[in-house]
This record gives sequence, C-alpha cells and structure tokens, in this order.
Amino acid sequence: MSQAPGPLEYLRRWPLRAWVTGVAVFLYAPLISLIVFSFNDSKRNVVWQGFTFKYYGKALTDESLLTALSNSLTIALIVTLVSVVLGALSAVLLWRFRFPGKTALEGALSLPIVVPEICMGVAMLVFFAKVLPWPVGMPWPFNLGAIIISHVSFCFPFVTVVVRARLASFNRELEEAAKDLGAGEWRTFRDILIPHIAPSLVAGALLAFTLSLDDFVITFFTAGPDTVTFPVKVYSMVRFSVTPEVNAASTMLMVLTVLATFLALRFQNPAKDLAERG
Amino acid sequence: MAEPIITIENVTRRFGTLAAVDNVSLTVEEGEFFALLGPSGCGKTTLLRMLAGFDNPTEGRILIDGQDVNRIPPNKRPVNMVFQSYAVFPHMTVADNVRYGLNIAGVPRKEQDARVEEALSLVQLDGLGPRKPDQLSGGQRQRVALARALIMRPRVLLLDEPLSALDAKLRDQMRTELSTLQEKVGITFIMVTHDQDEALALATRCAVMNRGLLQQVATPNDLYEFPNSRFVADFIGTVNLFEGQLIVDEPDHAVIRSPELGAGIYFDHGVTGAKGATVWAAIRPEKIELKKRTEGDTAPKMDDTPEGNNVVPGIIRQEVYLGSESTYEVEIESGRRVKVTRSNLTRWDQEDFAIGEAVWLAWHACSPAMLQS
Ligand SMILES: Nc1ncnc2c1ncn2[C@@H]1O[C@H](COP(=O)(O)OP(=O)(O)O)[C@@H](O)[C@H]1O
Ligand SMILES: [Mg+2]
Repeated sequence: MSQAPGPLEYLRRWPLRAWVTGVAVFLYAPLISLIVFSFNDSKRNVVWQGFTFKYYGKALTDESLLTALSNSLTIALIVTLVSVVLGALSAVLLWRFRFPGKTALEGALSLPIVVPEICMGVAMLVFFAKVLPWPVGMPWPFNLGAIIISHVSFCFPFVTVVVRARLASFNRELEEAAKDLGAGEWRTFRDILIPHIAPSLVAGALLAFTLSLDDFVITFFTAGPDTVTFPVKVYSMVRFSVTPEVNAASTMLMVLTVLATFLALRFQNPAKDLAERG
Repeated sequence: MAEPIITIENVTRRFGTLAAVDNVSLTVEEGEFFALLGPSGCGKTTLLRMLAGFDNPTEGRILIDGQDVNRIPPNKRPVNMVFQSYAVFPHMTVADNVRYGLNIAGVPRKEQDARVEEALSLVQLDGLGPRKPDQLSGGQRQRVALARALIMRPRVLLLDEPLSALDAKLRDQMRTELSTLQEKVGITFIMVTHDQDEALALATRCAVMNRGLLQQVATPNDLYEFPNSRFVADFIGTVNLFEGQLIVDEPDHAVIRSPELGAGIYFDHGVTGAKGATVWAAIRPEKIELKKRTEGDTAPKMDDTPEGNNVVPGIIRQEVYLGSESTYEVEIESGRRVKVTRSNLTRWDQEDFAIGEAVWLAWHACSPAMLQS
C-alpha cells in the first residue's frame, strides 16, 4: 500500500502529473517524431516502415542542400567573429565610459533583441532594395554580404548583453593593480580584462553562431536565389513535400544548435569564479 | 632633516560639491610607517588614491621625491599599492602575479625568477608559487598582494585598510608581521585605516582626518596624550570632555571653571587662549584616581594642585571588571557620569569600590589636556 502524498510531493498528485505529462507531450512529441521519422524507411512520412540511415545519406549528397548548409555555416562563422568583436567592444564602451547619449545607445542596442523578427526582416529587405542594393553575382563569400550584415545587426547585441553581464562582476581594483604595477591601457586590457570576460566571449560567440545558423525570417527576406541558407532551403523542400530527407536535415540542424547552446550555457556559468573574490 | 619623500600641499579633491579631501597639507619622511586614520568616509582612500595616481587633486599638488606628480599616471609612479580587496589576478598563478610588474618592466627571466623567490620568502609564501589564488586563504592572498608590490622596490608602499578583511586572530598576527616586514625592507609605508588600535600599534606617525579635513599629525603617543581637538581626543581612545571657561591663564598655570564639573580644572602649564574663552578639558579615564569619601569629610588635595581644583565628589553607578583593570562610571553632582579606569594592582583591588559607594575623583595638574576646538 502506498502512503498518501506528502505536502511537497507535487509529482504524486494526479492533476500535476497530468499537467506535466501534457506539457512534455506537446513540447517534445513533435521533436521526437521528427527525429524518429528521419530514420523511417519510407517515402511517405506517416507510417513506420523500418529503420534506415538512407535519408541522411541522401541529404548529405543533395547538391543544393549542401550548398545551403555551407552557406549557412560560412555566414554563421563570419557573423560570429564580427559579432563577438563588435559586441565585446560595445559592452566595454558602455561599461567603462560615461558619455552623452549613453542611455540612448543602450536602448538602441537592445532594439534588435526586442523588435519582432518579421519587422527586422522587412526593414532589411527595404534597406537592401532601396538604400544599399547588394550587387548580384559577387564571388563567394561576398554574395552572402547582405545576409551577413543583417545577421550581425541582430546577433551582436546578444553578445553585448552577455559580456556586460560578465563585466558587472569585474573588480576594478584588478585593473588598477595592473596599472599600479606598470601596465599601460592596452596591457591592462589584454592581461586583465580579456581573461575576465573570456567565458562570456565564448558564450556570446556560440550564441551568435546558433542565432545566425538557424535564422529563417530575416534571412528569408534578404536571401537571393543563389544565396539560399539551410533553413530557407528546408522551408522550400517542405513546401514541395515533407520527405524524410527534410527530417534528416532538420535533425542535423537541431543537433548542431542544441550542442552550441549547451556549450554557450556551460561557458556562461563557469563552475569556479574567483573574480569577485579577487 | 632630509627632504620629505612625500609632500602633500593644500590638496583638495571635490566630488561635485562634496570635498572628500579638503585642503590637506602634510609630509612623510623616508622610512616612516605613516598611518592615515579616520572614520569611514573621511577621505582616507581618496587621499591614498591620489598618491597612487588613480585620482587627481582638484586643487593643490603632490610631490614624490620633490617631483610634482600631478600629471604622472599610476604606471609611471615610484609607488605601489596593496588594495583593500588585494586585487590578486585570479587567472594567474601566485608566481605570475608576483612577477607581473617585473614582466612589464622587461626584467630578464632569470632575474625575475630569483626576485620572485625572494619576494615570496619575504612574505613567507615559499613554495606556493605554482598555486592559483583560489587555492589560497584570505591571509595568503594578502601576502601575494604584498609580495607583488614589494618586488617592485617602490619608494613608498601604499596600503588601503590592509587588515580589515582578516578575522581577528589573523589580524593580530599580520599586524606584527607588517611591522617586521617594514623594518626588514626599510621602505616607507603609508597605511589607511579606520581602526585606531591598528594605527597606534603600527605607525610611527599618524594623520587623523575627519570629513576631508586633516585634524592632527603626530606620533601615536602624542595623539593620545596631546590631542589638539575634541574630535581627536574622542576618536583616539576613551575620554571625559568638560566644557568650561578659561578664568586663569598665567605662563606656568591655567584654570578652567566648568559648571558641569562643579570644580576648577587646574593645569600646570599656560595656554595662549583668550581669557574667558570657552575651552574643553579632556581627561582620560585612567588618569583619574578614586578615593573613598564619607559624609562630611574634606576634599583630598592633590600635591601639585591648589585646593578646590581637580577634585570632585561622586557616587559609583557602574563597575565593569575586566581582569587587568576595572572601569567605573561615577555620577557627579551635575548628574554627568565620568568614566574612570583603575588598574587591578593586587588580587583584591577590584573589591576596593562597589556600586553605590561615595568617592572622590581626583587628578593631577599634568593629566588633563586643554582643547580649544
Ligand atoms: N569616485 C567618487 N565619486 C563620488 N564620490 C566619491 C568618490 N570616491 C569617494 N567619494 C566620496 O568621498 C568621500 C570619502 O570617501 P573615501 O575616501 O573612500 O573615504 P574613506 O576611505 O575614508 O572611508 C565619501 O563620502 C565618498 O562617498
Ligand atoms: Mg576607504
């Protein structure tokens, strides 16, 4: 005979169990079925026919899918580099200096985080159509310029936020100690500040990489016919028909982003953090 | 006397309308252990940071070795600092922390190694070079900060509240060590502290500050025995302050009449105060003697004091036995309570006086200090 549930044993009360189960089903069932059916040995995506890796092979030999993937990775890498430098510099700028218009700049920086993506997308479309028409037919990777610029514009504020959070825990006496021992501005920055914010730089980089890699909306508005990215390509394949190949491709993208996010979180909360204690 | 190593001339530092340091002038001689003492927020750290170069005077100037340093950045000054948080670089080993300044100065690696070893043994951290700061205790981190600054062989070492973050036992130990260390290296130390015991125990000279103003610069002994203001008298140790009028002012003696005390206060020296001016007498608790009193007896007379002065009747209201001494609070006729401490010279001394007992309070002519502000 089991005892009656204790006051804090919520998971042993049936309404809560039902609730948790419901949430789990709605959240994860689609993802799990996506992954499961990527191994389904059938052209149509509804009935389980047997296990196969066939569609992974197919996806990985699909010329246009591969081009899209390499485009996406190239964009994500460049965007990551630029965003980290830009984001870190703006974070240090906002943290270190007081200047007129600082509040305005801070607001402007967080704008791309809060503005709906669809608006960003339309804005980018108009911008690259009317203000700065990106020349077509540029050699790779310059043909991706428009996408890269638009990705940087919404990725680097995230880096700024992460780095600023890290800077808040910086003990300024460390910087003064370095100067006291003879270090100039640059050496202080390199020897003291950079090591302190290093975890947030890695976290910010992985964040920017993930955001850029799986962005669909903004990319959709800025991509041209010869600059298709992976998410856009998947979308066009789905419009055609949902084949297991799409499942396989999506699963790979999912694994990539989950991995990057996981690493980002790990770097953001390093187990040991001495900085506050100096 | 040789040229002072540090000269502070009319230095003022304003933050908005607040003068954190207000027209301070003082000099520090080579080899001194100098303490900046004052309550929290009085501007000690601000003054120290101006010496290090992290802040600049709004007015006035600072000379180090006779050279005006107002335009010289911290990394070019011949002084080093031990920060309140120690500011040990968390991502470097102990040895790399200590080596950092030499590295920047471009000292050859071989010499660096030798000097790092020497500095670590100076602060008794031998063999801890490869450790990371998070493997050290608070006291050890402070030693790293000390070694890191001393290895630079600065002209002056600045210490901001060096003992305040340590627990009581370690604090006593480090106090002794700091003093030995200073004697050993012979470098001028300037220490900021709000703890008067610390300042009195360590410093050769102290500057007492209050609300940005310099109150007095003197040896610990003089600060205690010859304070120049009520603030200093009260801040350093315990004191009984009596307000009164200067009624006699001769070259070899002076008398204050204090209505609060109900008796004259006789001094064995003259002052240069205006007769009739309001002044204060400061009497330390241990300089007041307790004598038994019975109803109707005449007041005892101190041998160096004319009758009617420096003696008042009272009743003991409180007694605290502290082992080596006992402290009493004695109520005098005006209702004011006077603090008295009495050394327990024998094992029975604490039984001499009890609460409620009638006593005479008496002190010598050379005991009170006269304060004009
Ligand atoms: N950077 C600053 N900006 C504004 N006010 C300051 C600054 N630094 C110190 N103060 C003020 O100056 C006064 C003296 O500070 P400080 O020198 O740190 O005092 P202490 O070290 O004696 O406790 C305080 O009232 C403090 O608030
Ligand atoms: Mg301070």
